[in-house]
Amino acid sequence: MTTAVLEVRDLRVEFPTRRGTLVAVDGISFSIAPGEVLGVVGESGAGKSLTGNAVIGLLEPPGRIAAGEILLEGERIDQLRGEALRRIRGRRIGAIFQDPLTSLNPLYTVGQQLVETIRTHLGTDAAKARVRALALLTEVGIPAPEARFDHYPHQFSGGMRQRVVIALALCAEPRLIIADEPTTALDVSIQSQIIQLLKRLAREHGTAVMLITHDMGVIAETADRVAVMYAGRIAEIGPVRGVIRAARHPYTAGLMGSIPKLGAGAGKHRERLVQIEGAMPRLNAVPAGCAFHPRCGKCFERCRTERPVPRPVGANLTACWLYDDEHRPAAR
Amino acid sequence: MTTSTDLLRVEGVGRDFDVSRPWLNRVLEGAPRQLLHAVDGVSFGVRKGETLALVGESGCGKSTLARLIVGLYAPSRGRILFDGVEISDPAAQADAARVRRRMQMIFQDPFASLNPRWRVRDIVAEPVRVLGLASGAADVAARVAELLRQVGLSPDDGDKYPHEFSGGQRQRISIARALSGRPEFLVCDEPTSALDVSVQAQILNLMSDLQARLGLTYLFISHNLAVVSHVADRIGVMYLGRLVEIADAQELFARPRHPYTRMLLDAVPDLEMSGRQRTPVAGEVPNPLSPPTGCTFHPRCPHANERCKAEKPELVWRGETASACHAVEESRI
Repeated sequence: MTTAVLEVRDLRVEFPTRRGTLVAVDGISFSIAPGEVLGVVGESGAGKSLTGNAVIGLLEPPGRIAAGEILLEGERIDQLRGEALRRIRGRRIGAIFQDPLTSLNPLYTVGQQLVETIRTHLGTDAAKARVRALALLTEVGIPAPEARFDHYPHQFSGGMRQRVVIALALCAEPRLIIADEPTTALDVSIQSQIIQLLKRLAREHGTAVMLITHDMGVIAETADRVAVMYAGRIAEIGPVRGVIRAARHPYTAGLMGSIPKLGAGAGKHRERLVQIEGAMPRLNAVPAGCAFHPRCGKCFERCRTERPVPRPVGANLTACWLYDDEHRPAAR
Repeated sequence: MTTSTDLLRVEGVGRDFDVSRPWLNRVLEGAPRQLLHAVDGVSFGVRKGETLALVGESGCGKSTLARLIVGLYAPSRGRILFDGVEISDPAAQADAARVRRRMQMIFQDPFASLNPRWRVRDIVAEPVRVLGLASGAADVAARVAELLRQVGLSPDDGDKYPHEFSGGQRQRISIARALSGRPEFLVCDEPTSALDVSVQAQILNLMSDLQARLGLTYLFISHNLAVVSHVADRIGVMYLGRLVEIADAQELFARPRHPYTRMLLDAVPDLEMSGRQRTPVAGEVPNPLSPPTGCTFHPRCPHANERCKAEKPELVWRGETASACHAVEESRI
């Protein structure tokens, strides 16, 4: 097996506050292979964006990596600071954020921003950088790139802006792209265009992609593997088909059931959606044992006291005591 | 089809917004007046007890239409009738006010639609007091407690402020407030778009329970086709201010007629991963300030011909479904 582009081991992100330390990401491990798209899915506050920010070194103080390792192509990057970190960001890790308008500088043309980024990272001259910038704009599907080169971000539509942001992320041929909710601000028809684009780029360039989103549909269409996060922990991780079609963790199963299915029993024949009672715990009140146990219908004694670690169940890794043969209660 | 059993009827309603440059610029630069047709010639009816959903992408005019119906905007053209009474006529506001109290609205953002300085019980009690539905503090308090229980909150929650609740609970408060006036008709503008999926499921289930128990009629506005397919009896699809197709929900998903509806259905990410072949979606929604001539969808439409470029298609009814498309009308597709 080739080395993973990104490997995260037991990552823990903490926010020290006056009232105690909040653990926002609590001991998660995963890896992404070259050309692979790993979807990270979860509801608000599950810690999925913080995981992405920890990898790019964009944690806002007082947030900090308290434990664990982040390896980019076998090299530790979680302790890098300042200039060393800056050389990796953009050069070897590209980032795409939710709102394309805030990730572009409104005072510079799209072309200037691309050329600047290319020259910073690759050190080429202006003429070569321009050629590459135009090639990138063509690659991400912007019509008439020669004419669009001198336009400002506000002259682009939302979908086209997100394409420019993707072109910017690709400038230095990064090995890893962190895409944090890249399609959430876009309409559904534009969303499907952007998804197709991301998929194609990952395949053609062998780039590893960490796709962070709350939308299971986007994950199903784009990702090869998916990690489901709950209260800062990974509840289940595995191949997309395994997780979506045969979810093992009760949270994943509930989450899948709560998503309305297109055209399934419309009108009078509609079924009730699966409902997970309650809400995700706040960070200052994460329950002991399995964080999901107060909302779980299959909870038993051990779930309340002991935290489950992800273990292989079928093709997935699932953090749930139900699948621990020794300690499972006799009658299930 | 608009029949006499319709609780709400919208007839040829349009709304323009003046987005011209300031007067001085117009004089100095010779810039013309500019009107944005946010909603243009929309007609449909909502039957008593059903859920009619309106879907479309951003800028298609669905939220403007919701605001026209509840009276937050006045229509530029056309008529809106509720239970046979015209509510869009500025000359007959007394009649309108009498029937308007029978409709309420739920907004998208539960963080912006609740007054942060009011306690929940005051928020929920305000319509009860204003509409005079209960007299005396004890009666009002009893009604508020009943409403909070109805939406799955505890009567004790009335003492709290909105910031003490999560997004889903706030949306429950919005629903309780909307129900406090004992309405028959609720306009729900993207009520679950700001919520996580598991919370969305709770709210959608609650809304369908309330509909069954109280016999409510919903106009449900959303951009999410999966949500719409779950809640709606009938669905109207909007594009650039116009209604392009309206049909029974199952019919719409089984046999979409208008090319835009087909495109929308095709663009929804597939959870089943059946590996179906997608037709790549082409182009983007045009600028509503300078919409294309003829059928506004023609630049993105694979079936467009000369007639589509020149002539605006009207909504044509065939049985229970209607679509505004020359190609469908001519049986080309």
